[in-house]
Amino acid sequence: MDTRPKNPEGTPYRMEDLRSGAIPYTEDSLEAWYRWSLGKYLGKYLEGLREGKIYGRRCNNCERIYVPPREVCHHCFRTTDEWVEVGDTGRVNTAVVSYISADRGRVEEPIIIAVIELEGASPGIGILHRLGNVSPEDVKSMKIFGKRVRAVWKPPEERTGSVNDILYFEPIEEV
Amino acid sequence: MKMNIYRKNRVACVGAGLTLFRRRLMETSDELMWLAARQALDEAGLTIEDIDCIIFGTAPDNFDGIHMQSEALADGAGAVNKPYTRVYVGGGTGVFSVIAGWWHVASGLCDRVLVIAEEKMSHVQPHPQYLFHHIFDPVTEKPLGVNLIWIFALEMHRYMYKYGIKKEDIALVSVKNKRNALDHPSAQVAAKITVEDVLNSEVLVWPVQRLDISPVSDGAGALVLVSESEAKKLTDEPIWIDGVGWSLDTMYWTNRDLAFPVYLYYAGKMAYEMAGIENPRKEIDFAEVYDPFDYKELHHMEGLQLARKGEAPILTREGVTERDGDLPINPSGGLLGVGNPIAAAGIMKVAEVYWQLRGMAGKRQVKKDVVTGLAQAWGDLMQVGTVVVMRR
Ligand SMILES: [Zn+2]
Repeated sequence: MDTRPKNPEGTPYRMEDLRSGAIPYTEDSLEAWYRWSLGKYLGKYLEGLREGKIYGRRCNNCERIYVPPREVCHHCFRTTDEWVEVGDTGRVNTAVVSYISADRGRVEEPIIIAVIELEGASPGIGILHRLGNVSPEDVKSMKIFGKRVRAVWKPPEERTGSVNDILYFEPIEEV
Repeated sequence: MKMNIYRKNRVACVGAGLTLFRRRLMETSDELMWLAARQALDEAGLTIEDIDCIIFGTAPDNFDGIHMQSEALADGAGAVNKPYTRVYVGGGTGVFSVIAGWWHVASGLCDRVLVIAEEKMSHVQPHPQYLFHHIFDPVTEKPLGVNLIWIFALEMHRYMYKYGIKKEDIALVSVKNKRNALDHPSAQVAAKITVEDVLNSEVLVWPVQRLDISPVSDGAGALVLVSESEAKKLTDEPIWIDGVGWSLDTMYWTNRDLAFPVYLYYAGKMAYEMAGIENPRKEIDFAEVYDPFDYKELHHMEGLQLARKGEAPILTREGVTERDGDLPINPSGGLLGVGNPIAAAGIMKVAEVYWQLRGMAGKRQVKKDVVTGLAQAWGDLMQVGTVVVMRR
């Protein structure tokens, strides 16, 4: 019996074939600009960041505390009940060293990225952010895993109400 | 959780088709769909007049740059003046489109369904990777300059940390799949490589390196699904889809257990219950699990209960997952070897299970006699699992 797929079709080309005109093509770009209203919860989250505070929401049914704050507890499918200010300290759940930018170009200085479980939020509730004063070696050896870190904030006058109001998290115990 | 699922018809797969998978194909998306659809219909011995409805899958919006993609590609899908539906769960779309085809037949609504999926990633400049920037939350994550590979690297590293897994063992998956793909006629990045090649390849986001990742691809795939009565008219060897399952975890991915794919555990459980499978490790003879990254094959084996937590790298090292092993995984060559035109790659996996169960995989045919196979995909923001269980 024949092997399947039998003679799969398609005509491969190389980037150079476009440049040389061997493969005809056309170009266009999509441009769209968005203005997102932040709703009842993320607005206060960003306002808190501007003030140097990290807010979460607590569900009184299962007692989970969520960061970022949100309307619905997905475990209970009910409205979360109250605002909680969690700490700006936490522990590193996982960390990596990025050598590329969002468009896949190489970056000059590697960026260290982590999921940080904030103290005051429920176990396993982490946020994405950068780490500072940590070497790529500390990440590759996994020594940074489980270590306590603290947010390093921009000066108050430079904050805009953004996740970037935190410059990065840095270790507050020996790595 | 007990499912109340009513199935009127048993559903069979009777034909499959694929294009080449390549970094760049000159054909347009609808031209590629036509090539795959024609091959699947020919294999089934049907024409488009015989088809009751068409299910179309394509993954992230806007690789084609048209905000109406299913409509734009209706002609290539053979869908003009027929019931036609696009389904979408990101990278899980390919297998999910098969699930959608399944429910059209299982419910009794249709007798003969064409399922077709395509992805043409090569349009996007300067690199298709950038489109993925727009799948993240614009408030809490995009301002950090998030790259898709970050989240996979974070998950891979957590998995390695939790179970003490070495990169060398993960790299074995890439070595195996690229080698398996040498026997796949559609394959884009089949190669004989070593663990050292993987460990010496460009570091993108540690621990992820160039050869840990599947490529950017163009391609299309198609399947024909029919009811039991139709199947018996068309072939003596129908391949049955006896279980389907899908499940989605929260969008807040930093709140999840990154070491274990819970979404897939639930999707697998649903498919196993439907197919009457109590011990997946014993009853699944081989599987095509979703492997856009090498660690993901291991992660997914564990989510599917084909290995205990942290055990998949050990099975891989022992050769259990090779084509001549006790539990062959990705005999096609997977996304790491055949390529990753996202939704079409999911169809490629289901097609492989179909061809393996028919004994039509040629040099790729697994050594053991196989009766039950599984295909799985994964996607959205790392959060969805889609599963089909097939039998001969
Ligand atoms: Zn709750």
